[in-house]
Amino acid sequence: MLLLILKRIGLGLITLLIVSLITFVGVEVLPGDACTTYLEREAYGAALDACIKRLGLDVPAYERYLEWASNVIRGDFGYSLSGEMPINEVLGPRVKNSLVLASVSILIGIPLAIVLGIITALWRDKLPDIMISTITIFSMTIPEFISATLLILIVAIWLGWLPGIVIIPSDATFYELLSNIILPVVAISMIMTAHMARMVRSSVIQVMASDYVQMAILKGVPYWKMVFRHVLPNALLPAINVVALTIAWLLGGVVVTEVVFNYPGLGRLVIESISNRDLPVVQALAIILASIYVGINLIADLMTLMLNPRLKSLQIRK
Amino acid sequence: MSEIIESVKNLSIGFNSQKGKQISILRNVSTNIKKGETVGIVGESGSGKSTLALAMMGYIKQGLFPLKGECLFKSEDLLKMSSRQLEKIRGRKIAMIPQNAGQALTPNLKIGYQIDEALRLHTDLNKSERDKKISELLNKVRLPSPETMAFRYPHELSGGQQQRVAVAMALAGKPDLLLLDEPTTGLDVTTQAHVLELLRFIAKDTGTSMIYVSHDLGAIAQVSDRIVVMYAGEIVLEGPARKILKEPIHPYTYGLLKSIPKLSLAGLPASMPGSQPQPGSINEGCSFYDRCNLATDNCKKNSPDLEHIKELDTNVRCFNYKELINQNNNLQTSITKKSNNSEANEVLKLKDVSISYAKQKFFDQLLNKISDQNPTVKDISIDIKKGETIALVGESGSGKSTILKSIAGLLETKDGQIKFENDRILSSDLKMRNPNDLRAIQLIFQNPDESLNPNHTVEQILSQPLKLYFNLLGKELKKNIIDLLKKVRLGEFYMSRYPRQLSGGEKQRVAVARAFAAKPDIILCDEVTSALDVSVQAAVLNLLQQLKEDLGTTYVFVSHDLAVVRAISDRVAVLYQGRLCEIGPSQNVYKFPSHPYTEVLLGAVLEPDPDIKPKLVAEDIVEEKPPEKGCSFQGRCPRKIGDICNSEVPPWQIGENGNAIRCHINIEELASLQQ
Amino acid sequence: MESNLITEDKQKNKLEKAFEILKTMASKPSGLIGLTIVLFHVVLAIISPYIAPYDYKAISPNTMLLAPSAEHWFGTDSLGRDVFTRTILGGRTALTVTFFGSLIALLWGGLLGIFCGLVGGKIDDVVMRVVDAFLSIPWILAMLLIVSLLGTSTEVLIPALGFFYGKGIVRVARAATHDVIAKDFIVSARARGHSNMSIIWNEIIPNVRDAILVEGAMRWSWMLLGFSSLSFLGFGVSPPTPDWGLMISNARGLMSFAYWSVIAPIVGLSSLIIGINLTADAFAKALGIDRSTKAPV
Repeated sequence: MLLLILKRIGLGLITLLIVSLITFVGVEVLPGDACTTYLEREAYGAALDACIKRLGLDVPAYERYLEWASNVIRGDFGYSLSGEMPINEVLGPRVKNSLVLASVSILIGIPLAIVLGIITALWRDKLPDIMISTITIFSMTIPEFISATLLILIVAIWLGWLPGIVIIPSDATFYELLSNIILPVVAISMIMTAHMARMVRSSVIQVMASDYVQMAILKGVPYWKMVFRHVLPNALLPAINVVALTIAWLLGGVVVTEVVFNYPGLGRLVIESISNRDLPVVQALAIILASIYVGINLIADLMTLMLNPRLKSLQIRK
Repeated sequence: MSEIIESVKNLSIGFNSQKGKQISILRNVSTNIKKGETVGIVGESGSGKSTLALAMMGYIKQGLFPLKGECLFKSEDLLKMSSRQLEKIRGRKIAMIPQNAGQALTPNLKIGYQIDEALRLHTDLNKSERDKKISELLNKVRLPSPETMAFRYPHELSGGQQQRVAVAMALAGKPDLLLLDEPTTGLDVTTQAHVLELLRFIAKDTGTSMIYVSHDLGAIAQVSDRIVVMYAGEIVLEGPARKILKEPIHPYTYGLLKSIPKLSLAGLPASMPGSQPQPGSINEGCSFYDRCNLATDNCKKNSPDLEHIKELDTNVRCFNYKELINQNNNLQTSITKKSNNSEANEVLKLKDVSISYAKQKFFDQLLNKISDQNPTVKDISIDIKKGETIALVGESGSGKSTILKSIAGLLETKDGQIKFENDRILSSDLKMRNPNDLRAIQLIFQNPDESLNPNHTVEQILSQPLKLYFNLLGKELKKNIIDLLKKVRLGEFYMSRYPRQLSGGEKQRVAVARAFAAKPDIILCDEVTSALDVSVQAAVLNLLQQLKEDLGTTYVFVSHDLAVVRAISDRVAVLYQGRLCEIGPSQNVYKFPSHPYTEVLLGAVLEPDPDIKPKLVAEDIVEEKPPEKGCSFQGRCPRKIGDICNSEVPPWQIGENGNAIRCHINIEELASLQQ
Repeated sequence: MESNLITEDKQKNKLEKAFEILKTMASKPSGLIGLTIVLFHVVLAIISPYIAPYDYKAISPNTMLLAPSAEHWFGTDSLGRDVFTRTILGGRTALTVTFFGSLIALLWGGLLGIFCGLVGGKIDDVVMRVVDAFLSIPWILAMLLIVSLLGTSTEVLIPALGFFYGKGIVRVARAATHDVIAKDFIVSARARGHSNMSIIWNEIIPNVRDAILVEGAMRWSWMLLGFSSLSFLGFGVSPPTPDWGLMISNARGLMSFAYWSVIAPIVGLSSLIIGINLTADAFAKALGIDRSTKAPV
């Protein structure tokens, strides 16, 4: 069991290593280096030389990678090009803001998705299912920037209930954030909830058709007891991994949503750093976002390991 | 007359087809279950027997609905009850023992919890009383160490143990009626006999009425007082078990009984033509018309009613049943098969073959050392003569299919040699074999659903070996395909069909045709009839025998079913845990003296005859690995004589009948012990 | 239950089979709606240059931000361009880029997936680890990086989108191949001594094709979503080419008083994505594949 956990963690680290290689090689292979891309037309003479010196571009690529990687492991991402300040300082507040946005969305989204998924599965093909399923299809397919734009148009502009655009500094306090993130949270969790609800639904339907559920019914187990003891544990277990993948995938959606709402998070930083061609920051972002992805999947893996009786008994025997 | 517990009246159950037509899969079924009696419901797959059993608990599967009729339990209609009322009856008055307990036990809940749940729902016992009751129940179903068993999860148990847990769960509510839906199907022969014995004991012990649903007349014969025979959603025959089994007066039942291979009979069982009609395809007339040799014009137009015959206490659905009564019918006959020429040359030799699934360790690989001292299959030496049918028999885990795979080159042998024709060694690597050797050895698989590519038509399936081995094209190819289809008794029009449009028997015929397309010398048959209904199985067995007699093919026939093996084979090899126990001409292997394992297997066979009871001589423990030293059967052997069995591999002894037995007990002594 | 019924005798060629699938798809209202929407958009994309009432890039200061009227059905935008014209033209680039992008994704994802499923072992492990690593970089970051360095021409967008959306297909194709190679008919073909190529071509591809195609159809709708997100962020097609994502982005700031210029492209894009999704769903159902359990990766 412990071995299994260590193995999963090891695999996650290998994934991160490959990601760092990909981003590093990617930046190397793409035309132009960090300095020429950043300086663009001014990339000549003293300015270029200074930049190259500053970034250490005059040493061979593998040495630079090793140095960069060892710094990253120590938590130091180096300096950004545009602001010429430590990337850590740029990232810190942004990471916090995005985490607040994402975790509030997840905290609302997951329970809602589970409830909706169960309702639609238990009332399969009946009115509640048809209604909820139709709504989920819509909110699942419509891009975040459209739902966000529509939310602003309807709630903020036409109804005037909430501010349409977040106007807070990037170092705002948690409470300042909360009042401003209602619309972004709705936009993000809509699509996420829809995806997960569909998965929960089909997983529950699958389990409901299993022999052991039929057996429970024939044993005289009351309906809701059957749902909670026999169906849900078995239906939600395989859904954990899929849910994790969904959350990770939706990180991209967070970027777009942040832009629409002008939210000072990682997403906007992505756009800003790419617009400014600030490659060191982009690299740092890639590593951070990939770590989040790997982390979420790792948590899901561990949860499945803990909850699955098949693996639990493995632990007892060994 | 004793009290009626449940009665089904004119029950029809059906579904709506996509075209909006109502199709019934159960038609006008009426029957009564009396207190304390065991009723066997028998029928082939698709006969509606499980639907009937579930309806008797007021449960209708999703997509189906009752069309008319009622299921009266103590004069209340189960089909009209609310789910609240049903919860009070299910598990408490009527309990179910499901087919595949491995899937019917909830995977995330411990055994103890699942039994406790039934106790909490259906009894007033308090916590400590329930705990006591749980170990009492686990004890009653003869599970080892009931105290720890309660804390285990279903997947930690063997198939037989899971089935026992299901029995314990059903008994928890002290039901008046037990419904058993194929409770022993899928279990090993010996396990099946043990579970059945347990069920019979429980019926006697508790006085519960039982409904035993099965496709297996052998199992039904062992437990039933009364038998109901279902065909295409109807009851065709119903009466006292002994009468039905000894003097069946419905042509379907008669044919079914004749198509079952029996241990006591050498030779092939008689087969019935055709297969059961699909629901919705019968419009008028008797549903058995197509397959009946007593059919008249009347049968084509009118469907017979279930008629009560007082003197026989039997209900029968046939216009011409009297002919069967008058006809001096004899169930104890079979088709004799031509025995092969025993002088023939040996075509395939296995010499000291060992096969291991364990991966070689890296260092041992470097040093070319054999690291697995205890391989899955070990020391198999069999010489196979041209034109003979040799059967490999054993329970799951006996290594029989493993041996087949390595003859086919699909699994590398670790040790020993496989020699083909004139002692030429066949490479154990498929890629190293020459095309002619590949052609000469063909395989037929257990399940035609898996062995036929669902995206190919029959024509494409059959053309593959023809193109590969003979480079046939165009007209020539087509002619050959039609010939092949003819050989397996299928018409030309099957060419354009996909496997999903064929019945199980037809699919297996296509698989047989594909094997014969290569004009092989040897065909390896891996449980080829296990997935088929009995009446279809007999037809496939007869087909295989016919083809062999015509073409002189050699069969290596793997099966767990001793009766089937008895019917088709010339020689039998009995395997336990990947080691040979006994080998010899089949008529002798089925006679004593036998290897103790053969004795155990033979004792566990269920015959469709109430007078032949199984003899249970050994425990049905499941062994996961063969023992490292000594006799392979030491763990379960009822005749174990001592330490020698644990330490030394027993020697081969040849009996006077010509069968070789590998046992430490002297063969004469075995003979006298087994008398 | 019914599918087992032996009813059809006639041989069906490929075309008839495709027609049959279409018929099954259209037999449910959601499938019919999906197919209709997709068909409508495809036809519109083809004929829109001929029926567009105005020049899409004609800027006129006199007609800025006009509300919908008989002359300008959907009003005009901040540069005075006709919103109706730009809306009906706005799907052309998106449709073309994502269609060819999906084809590329299908091709490389499908082939690599089948390959991995077949060889298994160490090679499979390594490839899947790399694919996993690619999956863990959010697509938007990777796409933005590529586009910002290589430009936003279709020659860049199609392969880049194809690459990033093919990753998921690798997984699906690999899983489907894994399922198939365990089947006895593959064992049977191997035992007969067919070559590996012949087994892949005759036995495996026909059986994994459906799963991969369904996945491809699904990718198409997600790719459309990704593509228009790029446009929206200003990293997609460049102005003045009419594109829904770009139009929404441009009109967003003014939507408090000129909502029409944002509503029209929203309706256009949403309907196409929903249409493709419904179609993919119906397609999956017609082929008997459950797609709702899969994560959008």
